[in-house]
Amino acid sequence: MEPVLLKRIDIPGMAEIETAVANGAYANLGKGLGMKPADLLEMVKASGLRGRGGAGFPTGAKWGFAAADPKTPRYLVCNADESEPGTFKDRPILERDPHLLLEAMILSGHAIGAEYGFIYIRGEYADAYRILARAVDQAYAKGFLGKDIQGSGTRFECVVHRGAGAYICGEETALLESIEGRRGQPRNKPPFPASVGLFGKPTVINNVETLANVPFIVEKGAAWFKSIGTEKSAGPKLFCVSGRVNRPGVYELPMGTPLRALIKDVCGGVPGAKRIKAVVPGGVSAAFLGPEDLDVTLDFESVAAAGSMFGSGGVIVLDEDDCIVSATLNIMRFFKHESCGKCTPCREGTYWLYNVLHRIEEGGGRAEDLALLLDIADNISGKSCCPLADGAISCVVSSVKKFRTEYERHISEGGCPFAAREAGAAKA
Amino acid sequence: MSEIVFSETAKREIEKILSRYPTKGAALLPVLHLAQEEFGVLTEGVRAQVARVLDLPPAHVEGVVSFYTLFKTKPTGRHVIWLCQTLSCDLAGTRSLLGHLERRYSLKPGGTTADGRFTLTMAECLGGCGTGPAMMVNWDYHDRLTPERVDEVLKKYD
Ligand SMILES: Cc1cc2nc3c(=O)[nH]c(=O)nc-3n(C[C@H](O)[C@H](O)[C@H](O)COP(=O)(O)O)c2cc1C
Ligand code: FES
Repeated sequence: MEPVLLKRIDIPGMAEIETAVANGAYANLGKGLGMKPADLLEMVKASGLRGRGGAGFPTGAKWGFAAADPKTPRYLVCNADESEPGTFKDRPILERDPHLLLEAMILSGHAIGAEYGFIYIRGEYADAYRILARAVDQAYAKGFLGKDIQGSGTRFECVVHRGAGAYICGEETALLESIEGRRGQPRNKPPFPASVGLFGKPTVINNVETLANVPFIVEKGAAWFKSIGTEKSAGPKLFCVSGRVNRPGVYELPMGTPLRALIKDVCGGVPGAKRIKAVVPGGVSAAFLGPEDLDVTLDFESVAAAGSMFGSGGVIVLDEDDCIVSATLNIMRFFKHESCGKCTPCREGTYWLYNVLHRIEEGGGRAEDLALLLDIADNISGKSCCPLADGAISCVVSSVKKFRTEYERHISEGGCPFAAREAGAAKA
Repeated sequence: MSEIVFSETAKREIEKILSRYPTKGAALLPVLHLAQEEFGVLTEGVRAQVARVLDLPPAHVEGVVSFYTLFKTKPTGRHVIWLCQTLSCDLAGTRSLLGHLERRYSLKPGGTTADGRFTLTMAECLGGCGTGPAMMVNWDYHDRLTPERVDEVLKKYD
């Protein structure tokens, strides 16, 4: 596949507006802003574009809800929080092609009738923040942002809002709270942001990569977009691969790429030709896949059918010498730290899951601990106001199910069978 | 407690920030970032001043500051190392770096070197998983770390 989203990523100086324009940035504004908003929205619907932030919600449908709400002003919010462990795909766009994102936001704003846009960027991306803020200033100076974009009569204002360190702010309603200057705790839904969102107004929230597709859909049409990928999961996708592969990195491939091909052909396989033990297919909120699942194709439907979640495109590979309990413990420490504390099952449950996993890994596991882990997980499942909690338990439930004997060995041997590798790593 | 005042430049920047949002409250995160740049630490006095400038209840500002990990309420060493400990970096060798930082710099998570040069804070996924282990020193990213690379990088921060 010809690169789409990353096609300009290696051109030096793309963050400067002159270079960006010379290489095609903002080239689709004329066409897109010349279209009636309803036609543009219809085009995105017809393309089959689905959210790249994790949930895969159809973008056109989401836009339709907000566009139909009569309250004004409407807001478009770009989710650049990128905090799901294993995910590092939005960063290249933010740092190396920021004008692509701005063009995408202007077009998307036009489609839904939003004159105000916010980009919520995680606090740690300080460089990307400076680059984006500068790109916004340049776009205003050149008349690509403001009250009357290039004489089109369309208005779009854009503000870059910097977070301050909190994974939960990637959840869309926590993100809105954070823009409004509060603790990033998710809101109860309904009402949904499409009708009561930022400052109480109709709001569309989309991931960076989702939006970045829009200028190309405008340029090449919905049918072109649908021709890439699978029937239900259309378009190009950024995969970010880390862990035990020879060539980790961000790769742009069609939706529906086989997992095995991604690991073997694209990423050069596993160092030392070791066997794959487990793969996290889409950020650590997605359940582990085992060696028996490697023939899955990476699209929303197939990964779900394999018992996990397509998620963010963050693929993490573990090899035969990695300890699944240690990996699960690592993920649970993350969730325990990142639970916002609002819902009791999530706040207390992640704490207890961490404690039980910790004692198993450290050799103090008890025979009844596996049942206990699953029982705690069951008491979290579906009982919190946002999906963080369900994401937190998927590593436990899937690893206990797929790698039960490995847990049992920890308990019967009174410690971690893979401790030698880990001790070696700690000493190196 | 001596009166905490924003510089004239900061005051102008605050006006600019306020013009971007429909409510004063929404300016809180950007103003806290600005205050942290200006004063180094968001002490009780700085937090109270931010509350005054934005007409917010002090308790609200306290709640927000304590929620976000990047807001600093206590003094640290001159440079803060944020070492990623999440899964991809852990697989790539975070633990070997921890061992090295302790042996070579007597630096443990949460601790500060005796000369006040570095504070070590463990971080969660920094979005640099493909080139891990990753760390931030202040706001600069450094990746593909080995104990040798860490020494090389840290030399640049006095
Ligand atoms: C705990 C949690 C963290 C999330 N983090 C992110 C994130 O960092 N980036 C992102 O785009 N979406 C994230 N999401 C998904 C958003 O809530 C939302 O679904 C997404 O931004 C919608 O955009 P999309 O339809 O374009 O994918 C997260 C969701 C949850 C529950
Ligand atoms: S796991 Fe360390 S940067 Fe993502």
